[in-house]
Amino acid sequence: MKYARRVVITGMGTVNPLGHNVEDTWSAMMEGKLAPSVNELFDASTFPTKFAAQVKDFDLAGHIPADVAAGHSTAGRHCQFALGAAWEAWQQSGLAQFDELDKTRTGVYLGSGEGSLDFENYIGCLVDAFNTEERSLDTDVWPVLAEERMDLHREVEQESNMVVSHLASMLGVTGPAFNVLTACAASTQAIGEAVMQIRYGWADTIVTGGAHSMIHPLGVTGFNRLTALSQRNDDIATASRPFDLTRDGFVLGEGASILILETYEQAVARGATILGEIVGYGASADAYRITDQDPEGMGAAASMAAALNDADLAPKDIDYISAHGTATKQNDKIETKAIKVAFGEEAPNTPISSAKSMIGHLIAAAGATELITCLLAIRDQILPPTANMQEADPECDLDYIPNAPRKADVTRCMSNSMGFGGQNNTLIVSKCDS
Amino acid sequence: MTEKRVAITGLGVVTAAGIGLEGLWAAVLEGRSCIKTLERIKPGKFACTLAGEVEGFSARKFVPKSYRKSVKLMARDIELAIGAADLAFRDAGITTIGIDGEVDIESRRLGCNIGAGLISCDLEELGLAAVTAMVDGKFDLKAWGETGIENLTPLWLLKYLPNMLSCHVTIIHGAKGPSNCITCADASGQMGVGESSLYIKRGSADVVVTGGAESKVTPVDINRQLKMKRLTLTKNETPETAMRPFDADASGSVIGEAGGLLILEEMDRATTRGAKVYAEVAGFGGACAPNGQDITTPNAGNLSHAVRNAIKNAGLAESDIDAIFAYGMSHPAEDACEAAEWKAVFGDALGTIPACSINGTTGQMFAGGGAVQLCIAAKAVSVGTLPATANFQSPAAGVELNLSNQSRTVDMKNVVVASFGTGGQSGAVVLRKVDA
Repeated sequence: MKYARRVVITGMGTVNPLGHNVEDTWSAMMEGKLAPSVNELFDASTFPTKFAAQVKDFDLAGHIPADVAAGHSTAGRHCQFALGAAWEAWQQSGLAQFDELDKTRTGVYLGSGEGSLDFENYIGCLVDAFNTEERSLDTDVWPVLAEERMDLHREVEQESNMVVSHLASMLGVTGPAFNVLTACAASTQAIGEAVMQIRYGWADTIVTGGAHSMIHPLGVTGFNRLTALSQRNDDIATASRPFDLTRDGFVLGEGASILILETYEQAVARGATILGEIVGYGASADAYRITDQDPEGMGAAASMAAALNDADLAPKDIDYISAHGTATKQNDKIETKAIKVAFGEEAPNTPISSAKSMIGHLIAAAGATELITCLLAIRDQILPPTANMQEADPECDLDYIPNAPRKADVTRCMSNSMGFGGQNNTLIVSKCDS
Repeated sequence: MTEKRVAITGLGVVTAAGIGLEGLWAAVLEGRSCIKTLERIKPGKFACTLAGEVEGFSARKFVPKSYRKSVKLMARDIELAIGAADLAFRDAGITTIGIDGEVDIESRRLGCNIGAGLISCDLEELGLAAVTAMVDGKFDLKAWGETGIENLTPLWLLKYLPNMLSCHVTIIHGAKGPSNCITCADASGQMGVGESSLYIKRGSADVVVTGGAESKVTPVDINRQLKMKRLTLTKNETPETAMRPFDADASGSVIGEAGGLLILEEMDRATTRGAKVYAEVAGFGGACAPNGQDITTPNAGNLSHAVRNAIKNAGLAESDIDAIFAYGMSHPAEDACEAAEWKAVFGDALGTIPACSINGTTGQMFAGGGAVQLCIAAKAVSVGTLPATANFQSPAAGVELNLSNQSRTVDMKNVVVASFGTGGQSGAVVLRKVDA
């Protein structure tokens, strides 16, 4: 044992396009439900991509006690998801009833994205103050318009650390409080580094995970310009097709997932139900190109190898890999290569799937959501499928659990996340042995 | 097995006081403020027209020739980080693939952790695209989706992702170890140094480039700070004396842009290669305010708790601290709140411990703030001189910190360096002098 302090999970919560809590989400995944639908958050009817995986009908005040919600009236969209998910996780952990909890040693470590832009006022001020002839912003006009039209809270809530602020406030915790934003890898990285903080004694309990929504006009614009999004407007439900030959990009999603981490010792002493133990964490950088992953997958492979090393495990010990599996041409091919490098001859024997085939890509919140599916796979001894697999891609030739859940003996799962720009992170979660 | 120790062996800063540590070090010793009237943005009708801008900076000078075309994919924040990283590696005497010479660091053993803020996009670029999508004098989303978006360069989004500070640095310098991006405003620098120390202690890296960079010298950010009533509105005519942390005449902050990066190195590696060690990272502490989401009420991020945690993490007592590097936003309510946090830690001894704030020289540097503060603290510990606090004339009510507008010779064995930001997160680092 490398570390004297073991880190276990005692609570989990999620608000995502498939469900507003953990059990609804898991049932939907077992039934093979597909989240993508026509974009109703703004009129995207002329955009290259006219759909998204959206959280629908979520009302924070109906989800958590109204008096608690009232304290967070300024929270933006993704922050509301996070508050809902954190409440669910906190209740499940039983920490609300644990009188001896040292809140000064309870931290928050999130991988949350920036808040949604106030697009209407932002773009309105811009075009109204733009001097087309001089091709510049007229600063005799813009400051006046911005002062009038822009809302204080909508502006400040865009800073990505504000979700941490809201969660700490709601739960009354005052320990170390971090936010990281490593694109699509953020919440996996947050969980991994939170584990390290507990191992090194910086905190005993940490609220971790992530939240994000980029389903706004400039978010979709940005991803459309990068040609990263699926444009399967004629078959929206099945648009997210990880590892399939016909995949054409990811489906932009939104949501939040939160987990409660604490020392094994504290969890046992207070009689908490332990959902799993985080036994391994690895991180690496591709250091290749801003626009492309390392084509040989060496960065992602190094991340997986580092997690195995941290956990003192071998590839044969891993029963399931929750892939990053975005459904872009590039990612799925390279991730497959990377798994082959890291797992060697065990690669074909290791079941892999991508929850993004059903939930969509929650960007910063994706990794935490997928780690929850790993914990449920361990609990129920069943592996979630990769939906929408129709045509085999010769470059993606591993076992992706196509189209239907699979019963299996599941003790340890690996979860991968890889961010735009080359930041890779891997977690290994295990059934907790006493 | 004894725990690995963490040395600071390189410092790189880009601030309003110049490019490189020397200019800033000279300015903080003199207690000279580098705040001026806005230059890159026409001041127009902004209620605060001041800033601490970096002058004469070109990121192209800090990247290998083969990478120069990538500079056009960099927001100002990224450029500042690129400059600071190059300066820091050179200062450490570590040759990466981004620096001419024989590479002397294994890429998988080199980590990166650079704090960033919310990067505002270039309004001129976006404006030129947006005005192509007007219908009846109004911006039209349908026209935008149909043709407007094509007026933005395909890689537009990548200029503004906060992790791109780290990503460009990892590519330029071949850093394939852990890479992270902390986005906790001004305290990101302390958090980055704390977290990066764990990379070294747990054996994930031997060297880590860490700190932060940000430029809020943009219309959107100035507007946000004005909306929060954070900026001084009364000193537009006297830029050099506008930013005055903890001073009785302080009336608000001034935005400064900056990049600050430190090279952390496993101590045995550093001593084996005969590197100069500025200081040892002896401890980290983090904390947050219980009401950080309430952005209209100052909270100083529960800084006392972070400072106590850092001192404890270093295995020290409050009485072991020889100097305080306070933050000091030059905002009366924030400064009063911060001062009370320091008083809570050190009690009546507070007035006997020499203290300083460098923000009067640079402006408030946000994600670059804690990082540049740590660079200066490391330098100060190594030479035994505590910087002056620019524009400090007489303490604001309740400020018992031992500040001076003159630099002082102080024998610093252990110092604490702390900051906090909007949203209520704080971080503190204890630096320890290493005997040569």
